[in-house]
Amino acid sequence: MSTDTAPLPVGRYAYDQVDRTFLSQRVAQFREQVNRRVKGDLSEDEFKPLRLMNGLYLQLHAYMLRVAVPYGMMGSDQMRMLAHIARTYDRDYGHFTTRQNIQFNWIRLEDTPDILQHLADVDMHAIQTSGNCIRNVTCDEFAGAAADELLDPRIHAEILRQWSTLHPEFSFLPRKFKIAISGSPHDRVAARFHDIGLVARPGAQGRPVFDVFVGGGLGRTPIIGVQLRDNLPEEDLVAYLEAIVRVYNAYGRRDNMYKARIKILVQALGVEAFREKVDAEFALMDRADYRLDPAIVDGIRARFGIPELVAPADAAQKLAADRKADPAFDRWVRTNTHPHRNDGFISAVISIKPDGGIPGDVTADQMDLIAELADGWSFGEIRVTHMQNVVLGHVRKDRLHELWGKLVAAGLGTPNIGLVGDIIACPGLDYCSLANARSIPIAQKLSARFADPELQERIGRLHINISGCINACGHHHAGHIGILGVDKRGEEFFQLTLGGSAANDVAIGQIIGPALPEDETVDAIARLIDTYLVLRQGDEQFIDTYRRLGAASFKDAVYAPA
Amino acid sequence: MPLLENGHIKDDTWVTVTEDAPLPATGAVIVPFARLEEGLARGADAPLGVTIGPDVDVSLLRPALPRLGLVAVTFTTFRDGRAFTQARALREHLSFTGEIRATGKPLPDQYEFMLRCGVTTVQTERAEDISVWQQAHEIISVAYQPSVLHERRQGLGLRRFLS
Repeated sequence: MSTDTAPLPVGRYAYDQVDRTFLSQRVAQFREQVNRRVKGDLSEDEFKPLRLMNGLYLQLHAYMLRVAVPYGMMGSDQMRMLAHIARTYDRDYGHFTTRQNIQFNWIRLEDTPDILQHLADVDMHAIQTSGNCIRNVTCDEFAGAAADELLDPRIHAEILRQWSTLHPEFSFLPRKFKIAISGSPHDRVAARFHDIGLVARPGAQGRPVFDVFVGGGLGRTPIIGVQLRDNLPEEDLVAYLEAIVRVYNAYGRRDNMYKARIKILVQALGVEAFREKVDAEFALMDRADYRLDPAIVDGIRARFGIPELVAPADAAQKLAADRKADPAFDRWVRTNTHPHRNDGFISAVISIKPDGGIPGDVTADQMDLIAELADGWSFGEIRVTHMQNVVLGHVRKDRLHELWGKLVAAGLGTPNIGLVGDIIACPGLDYCSLANARSIPIAQKLSARFADPELQERIGRLHINISGCINACGHHHAGHIGILGVDKRGEEFFQLTLGGSAANDVAIGQIIGPALPEDETVDAIARLIDTYLVLRQGDEQFIDTYRRLGAASFKDAVYAPA
Repeated sequence: MPLLENGHIKDDTWVTVTEDAPLPATGAVIVPFARLEEGLARGADAPLGVTIGPDVDVSLLRPALPRLGLVAVTFTTFRDGRAFTQARALREHLSFTGEIRATGKPLPDQYEFMLRCGVTTVQTERAEDISVWQQAHEIISVAYQPSVLHERRQGLGLRRFLS
């Protein structure tokens, strides 16, 4: 455990004694709530929102505990604690989620206060990973590292994390509320599929400004968020978000949980009327009270550790030579790395999508290894991505080959980031009480079918997203190919959508036709991809071929096998 | 449960009048929102409070507020958080300084949230021991955002101390 005099952790906010006091009080509070539940003073109905606010769900077979990884950032000490929890209280593994969190699927209620105490020992918690409150704020997985970044969004993500923590007014909203923040012109956070999406950039006075998108989301009613405000000054960030969430809390529907998200309110009122309400609220507020002073921001920034990016002058040349000498390494570098703002460094993506594996599942031993590699190669810093992978943000180019060797030896070197094998899947009917169908076996079959890395690279960028029910936790609407599990008279069927995207070219995928039986789904997708390979022009990506030709060109492949 | 103020039991000096009961000519009464005009028609020195449901826009109370000593907000269920926004708007936007009473079925675990939104007293239908409410008030000593209570800033970020 770090202390106030220890070096600041790289890439995330360093807790001090006040934060630790808060966390231990929160653990004590939950312990007491569990006691009251066990004694019968709290009904399950009453206990439910309290446990959800501490990340504890009741799933199909057991409790599931979702641990917050604020803006996806954690340290190696925290990862080791997660490994310990997986070994001691779960079945030796955990699962990275699309909100950059990690969840444990086989937890006993009685153990949760102790688990939360273990987490608190390393400055972690499960606060607001569930429930009708402001959830974990997500962020660009290459924040503070990416060559294309204009502004490191993690400082403001941390400010929003703190602001939303046990917010007195917004802890019993009509429905859950998700915020994402990016500081790059290339949207890697799906800003327009969030209740609030923030895109930050440097403003005229040297302080950040924010474009604010509102009312986006997937789920049963996929809607692309609309821009509510541009150039919001940093000092008004908290006030403006208070105004938005207050309007939502007052007017969002509470009679039907499927129509309770802010996107439904924005659609029902119309963007202009919604904006008027927010502006009216904002105008009434005492802005001095809510002002985000530059000194506050700088105070939070000062609690972030900064990596000392020193690399040998020939680091890039060394990497080039390593790539030339080792084609398998070269392929992995092409698929699994991202350009760093410092020419001596690179960001490496560890695929948690092995061929035929379960997307996002990571064993306790793998967690320990990732922690060790983070210590050795990336300043002890680990990032969980919304694609359910892991990033080491600051790897020296001359040491990348060595890192890759260790990853390959541990089965973590799959070169498939952004490719067919990099599938997002919800837990589905294997775990979830809401699901209609099993998402994981489809993901595994597809991943095994397209295991050949050469084939994957030839197919190119292709996002497959699988949801086991219309709640869309696998974000199928945002997939280039989306797969939705449906129940037809007790049989599992899968409906395909094409053309979705969560990036700058944001789009909602369109249903191509009737749902397919489970045993035909993988073959149909394989034919779909074969058809694309025939129809593509040059290096055209799947999404572009689809947009050029439309669904009709692919329908025959899906429904009329030769 | 008896009336609660700052974690302690308080004598209730108000009489709550239901939808159809006759309105006493004198004494401190709380009327339903639908009978606010009737309440205001009593003598100007007769203490008056009003109970509002979660769907009432509190700005509708603006003309009556100078005459109101109490506004009761309602948690029809603990899941409905609109009363938090109503209480805060009463304090922040309407500068109401009288008693804000939480009624209905809030949980003790929401007590601190209520206080920080401007609620001063709680009158609930719940049965648990008062100590549970007292504990809920005292267990957390740090907050991470501004509130109507204008708590002492802690220095870092938006943090402040609750006690």
